[in-house]
Amino acid sequence: MAHEQSFLLRTSPHIHAGTAVPVIMRNVVYALLPVCAFSVYVFGLSALVLMLCTTVVCVLTEHVICLSSKKPSSVSDWSAVITGLLLALTLPPGFPLWMACVGSLFSIVVGKAIFGGLGFNLFNPALVGRAFLQAAFPVAITTWTPGCALHRFIEFIPSTLAWPLMSPPSVVEWSKQAVVDGFSGATPLALQKFDHVTTEVPKLFFGMTAGSSGETCAILILLCGAYLVVRKFMNWRIPAAMLLSAFIFSALFYWADPAKYPSPLFTLFSGGLMLGAVFMASDMVASPVTPLGVWIYGALMGFFTVIIRLKGGLPEGVMYAILLGNALSPHIDNLTQPRVYGTSRKRVKP
Amino acid sequence: MKKVAVNLLKKEKRTFAHGVHPPECKEATAGRPIRRLAFPPQVIVPLQQHTGVPAVPVVREGQEVVRGEPIAKAGGFVSVPMHAPVTGVVHYIGLGPSPTGAMTPSIFIKAYPGATQEILYGAPREIDRMTPEELVLAVQDTGMVGLGGAAFPTHVKLAVPKGKQVDTLIINGCECEPYLTTDHRVMIERAEDILAGVVVAARAVGAQRVIAGVEDNKPDAVEALKSALTRCPLQTEVIPLPTKYPQGAEKMLTKALLGREVPSGGLPVDIGTVIMNVATLAQIGDLLPKHQGLIERVVTITGPGVLKPGNYLMPLGTPLWFALEYAGFTGKANQVVFGGPMMGMAISSLATPITKGVTGIVAFTEPVGDGAERPVYPCIKCGSCVDACPIHLNPSRLGLLARKGQYQAMEEEFHLNDCFECGCCSFVCPSGIPLVHYFRVAKTANRQRRAREKAAASSGGNS
Repeated sequence: MAHEQSFLLRTSPHIHAGTAVPVIMRNVVYALLPVCAFSVYVFGLSALVLMLCTTVVCVLTEHVICLSSKKPSSVSDWSAVITGLLLALTLPPGFPLWMACVGSLFSIVVGKAIFGGLGFNLFNPALVGRAFLQAAFPVAITTWTPGCALHRFIEFIPSTLAWPLMSPPSVVEWSKQAVVDGFSGATPLALQKFDHVTTEVPKLFFGMTAGSSGETCAILILLCGAYLVVRKFMNWRIPAAMLLSAFIFSALFYWADPAKYPSPLFTLFSGGLMLGAVFMASDMVASPVTPLGVWIYGALMGFFTVIIRLKGGLPEGVMYAILLGNALSPHIDNLTQPRVYGTSRKRVKP
Repeated sequence: MKKVAVNLLKKEKRTFAHGVHPPECKEATAGRPIRRLAFPPQVIVPLQQHTGVPAVPVVREGQEVVRGEPIAKAGGFVSVPMHAPVTGVVHYIGLGPSPTGAMTPSIFIKAYPGATQEILYGAPREIDRMTPEELVLAVQDTGMVGLGGAAFPTHVKLAVPKGKQVDTLIINGCECEPYLTTDHRVMIERAEDILAGVVVAARAVGAQRVIAGVEDNKPDAVEALKSALTRCPLQTEVIPLPTKYPQGAEKMLTKALLGREVPSGGLPVDIGTVIMNVATLAQIGDLLPKHQGLIERVVTITGPGVLKPGNYLMPLGTPLWFALEYAGFTGKANQVVFGGPMMGMAISSLATPITKGVTGIVAFTEPVGDGAERPVYPCIKCGSCVDACPIHLNPSRLGLLARKGQYQAMEEEFHLNDCFECGCCSFVCPSGIPLVHYFRVAKTANRQRRAREKAAASSGGNS
């Protein structure tokens, strides 16, 4: 027998569980697809083009940045696709495409690349992009159109195709002629906050309301999240903590003054809370890693959401709640380091 | 009914938090009885195959030795002697291959082809009346080290320091590493020897109670051990533990069986227990009354690279090529690991000898779990490693610090030295970050830094 044979040398462990980053990211994309499909079903062509637009711009931006910094392209890890899809899902369906492109660019460049790319960003990139859009285009981002419009699969919402650097045309006229019974252009949150009109919970649950393109159908978002949890690609504790805490705090308000404040169930299923809790708060990169930390993190975000919604000037608070939570996440991690085996942290026995 | 519920609850508790479930891959060899390997034409006995000080040769080149004869004496207290694994002639004393890849001082013995290879060295003796101190020395004379893989001199464990009390002897029959089945077979086939070893070890450490922990994927071993231990004069218990890696680590066992944690930087003896591997106990029970030395051990040879996987009893110093050839090596393996795949060592040369701490030879034909080409992504802080670490460290944070070279902070703030390199974090990491490797590098860098500081302090004091 030949005594000379070359073997692979490396340090232990020599086996691996098999899950890799692109697998996780790809599965998050899979989980987002039903939400996207529902959005296209309700809002039509405009929503579809909006998603394609943000996704393509995000991926291209990531690719160009990698090339220009002479690094191998990180497009294949699928994380830019998630950012693109999430950004589109948080925007109104009739959002002008050129603004969406600017937002996508901002998401990847400022939300991710300047921190050092995937794994180093402090904030959820999609939400950074959305926060920028909210500040830059406050009118466009709060211009809602009713879902299930008559010709939604063959014509765009007029504002979608606005020229760059031009104000989008008004959609009021279009909304009036396109409207279907029972559909209003105002979001349930705005109706509740400014007009004190409460939308029934089942309607919210099944997504038959106006709103951002991907936030309307709570049940679908929950099912897609459940898929990720079952495949162990998501820490279920974060959305659970966030939803639970939003429920509890809004219940406290509701209990104090039911006439003024919405019911906790309404809070839970309205606006972007479900989408944010399931797909954005749970973003691994920007959330804590310690077992206790994730509970605190989720609970804080739920609390912020309720406070901003009920006490702030805006009808919706999920975005800022999550960004605040992201900012606190490193500190939460530091304060909640688990007790290491064989060491006593505080309990000093007499 | 209530009692059953209480028992179930109790059983539930008998494990540790975190850990991982790698594929077991034990079915190829678990049912195969221990078979003796042929004697190789030459054995290589490294003088350091244990933790501690190397042994010192007591033979010279050209000297004839009989099987079982001492060929090297212990180099100190934390050291063990070596015995000739074959009858033959010492033809060379010098540098030889070792599992770490480094060339280390070794004794090369050519076996006589015509020798009967009977063990001619040794004198039966009465061990029942020996004092604990005499037992410790007798165990050192056998050259016994922990056969579970760590190769720590057994007599050092048995010598309980003054002021320390040991109440429980733990028998470690977990064998939580994938692929390995040596302990499994030893428990089934040599339960009597284990019993004899338990009696000796318990007497040496003064333990009143004996608890055996065996993973529940080996019910036959649990039964064998149970029936043998009924004849033990001490209070004994055999506990099936949930199959989970690294259940066989000392720290995990004390937690699972006694609910006690080994203090950071301490030893199990600090919490009143001594842990012995089943194969070690079997060898003590067998060798001590015969006054013989440790010259062979059971090794699992398995993996897709061999046609005849099995559990082989082989002379220490058997070269890897000989053992592999005997087990039907296909010649196609591209990675060979001594020990299990989680903590074992990748071997560079087929000339490497089997040493006292080698539990298995696993020949992989292709990188398992596409490990070799596994791309490394940045840490996405998924927390999988935090949920896997049995010591409750934060490997994610440690890995980031390691990348920045902040080795001192890793040690002082993040308990680096409590890591025993079980590999759970690297195993689960979706980014494919070689965390354990980083930690080894960091520990070495810290050791070197301390040595430098010490040298600087002492030279500063002299001038």
